[in-house]
Amino acid sequence: MRDSRKLLSAPFLFWAALFIIIPLCMVFYYGLTDKTGAFTLDNVLAIASPEHRKAFWEAIKLSVVSTVICLLLAYPLAMILAGMKGNHDSFIILIFILPMWMNFLLRTLAWQTLLEKTGVINSILAVLHLPALKIINTPAAIVLGMVYNFLPFMVLPIYNVLVKIDSNLISAAKDLGANGAQTFLRVTLPLSTAGVISGITMVFVPALTTFVISQLLGGSKILLIGNIIEQEFTQTNNWHLGSGLSIVLMLFIILNMVLSVVTDKDGEVNAL
Amino acid sequence: MKKLYISLIFLFLYAPIFTLIVLSFNASKTRAKWGGFTLKWYFSLFENEAILQALWNTLLLAALSALIATVIGLVACIAMQSMKKKTRALILGIANIPMLNAEIVTGISFMLLFISLGVTFGFGTILLAHITFNIPYVILSIQPRMKQLNTSTYEAALDLGANSLQAFFRIVFPDILPGILSGFLMAFTMSLDDFIITHFTKGPGVDTLSTKIYTEVRKGIKPEMYSLSTLIFAAVFILMLLVNHTPRKKEKS
Repeated sequence: MRDSRKLLSAPFLFWAALFIIIPLCMVFYYGLTDKTGAFTLDNVLAIASPEHRKAFWEAIKLSVVSTVICLLLAYPLAMILAGMKGNHDSFIILIFILPMWMNFLLRTLAWQTLLEKTGVINSILAVLHLPALKIINTPAAIVLGMVYNFLPFMVLPIYNVLVKIDSNLISAAKDLGANGAQTFLRVTLPLSTAGVISGITMVFVPALTTFVISQLLGGSKILLIGNIIEQEFTQTNNWHLGSGLSIVLMLFIILNMVLSVVTDKDGEVNAL
Repeated sequence: MKKLYISLIFLFLYAPIFTLIVLSFNASKTRAKWGGFTLKWYFSLFENEAILQALWNTLLLAALSALIATVIGLVACIAMQSMKKKTRALILGIANIPMLNAEIVTGISFMLLFISLGVTFGFGTILLAHITFNIPYVILSIQPRMKQLNTSTYEAALDLGANSLQAFFRIVFPDILPGILSGFLMAFTMSLDDFIITHFTKGPGVDTLSTKIYTEVRKGIKPEMYSLSTLIFAAVFILMLLVNHTPRKKEKS
């Protein structure tokens, strides 16, 4: 009986091998060979060329800043949401999932309308006699786009761990004389590490590798590593170079995955 | 204080949505100017065959990919129940790769696979890619419910003469149904909102709403796109309100 049930994993394993494992091997194959099929490290080492290094560094900078901002915004929000009485799980998820039904590109483009020189925000600022915001087509606009698009991925995992914390632990800490800050630093924060790390990986990876947000809000002047890779595949058609640069990205991603697997052993943090 | 903070975040998340809704009623064709209130884009939308075709492709892709991913994911979850912890962790790890990996890497890996296999890029290639990245969302929704299952009721059903299929559909299925539904819904949403992976796996002539919008970015977005998104958003919003307000039994946690 048990053995026959194990056979049920066959369709998934077949699917995973064909559409997850083999495609990733192809990236490594293309990235580590040249057009003649000979082994080379040139495509990977190309990350060090001035143009690529600049784009990579820019991507790391902007994605780190976005991740930090997301964490600072999301943690208090998750705490407030987790502290609300009653079971609001489905409502909270709904609020964050609902915007996804308006297309991702349109949502990001809407920020152009909001941020433009004569856009909505500046019109409001002008009425209030405040100085105009000049962030469209700058790295700041890209960071805003990243925070906007990826904030839910930070809030949900932190919320998921916070609601599971036994409120008796908090009361016990307070009874034993800890003040609010101490309770937070010694009890709440350590118990929510898994959610925080999961949130960080869920925000950092898409931010590091995006090419759409930088294209739409950066005014095509700012190239991130994602833009370079996308161009290699859709315009220059140099799949070997594009794959080689992707391998470098994957090193970061694998590091991230290991981190999230180690801290989230039961796979419960991301559960929706 | 708390309410103010939540309101500000809410404003941040929904400001672009409101902007798009307002733009759908804008008589001026450019998004930079307000040209007065109009409903004309809501009428011309239904005469724009390219947009309607892209909408049909998007919905069909989302429905098919979510359905197939739900079946594969559900079957995998059942199989995982009878596995040792380590094998289960390994399978979960593999299943999570498309979710944790960068979309651009997933996208190009599919592109390279399809090129090597000599497959023609089109609806089929997008569908295969969408099913793959949907599976982890389904497994993540079903797996926790499976873990909470009380196996003795299932065994009792078997003792009382039900075959394993009957026992599954009568006993296990109702318990995990909420997980299956939320997994399907997540998968549907993810497929609907995807641009990056579709961008790398689509062929010429096949467009989803996302890829159509992307090609329109430089020329200027057709106002009908705003009216269509507003309609979709309003429909989902009303549906969600109805679902949330339907009284239902309290779930045991």
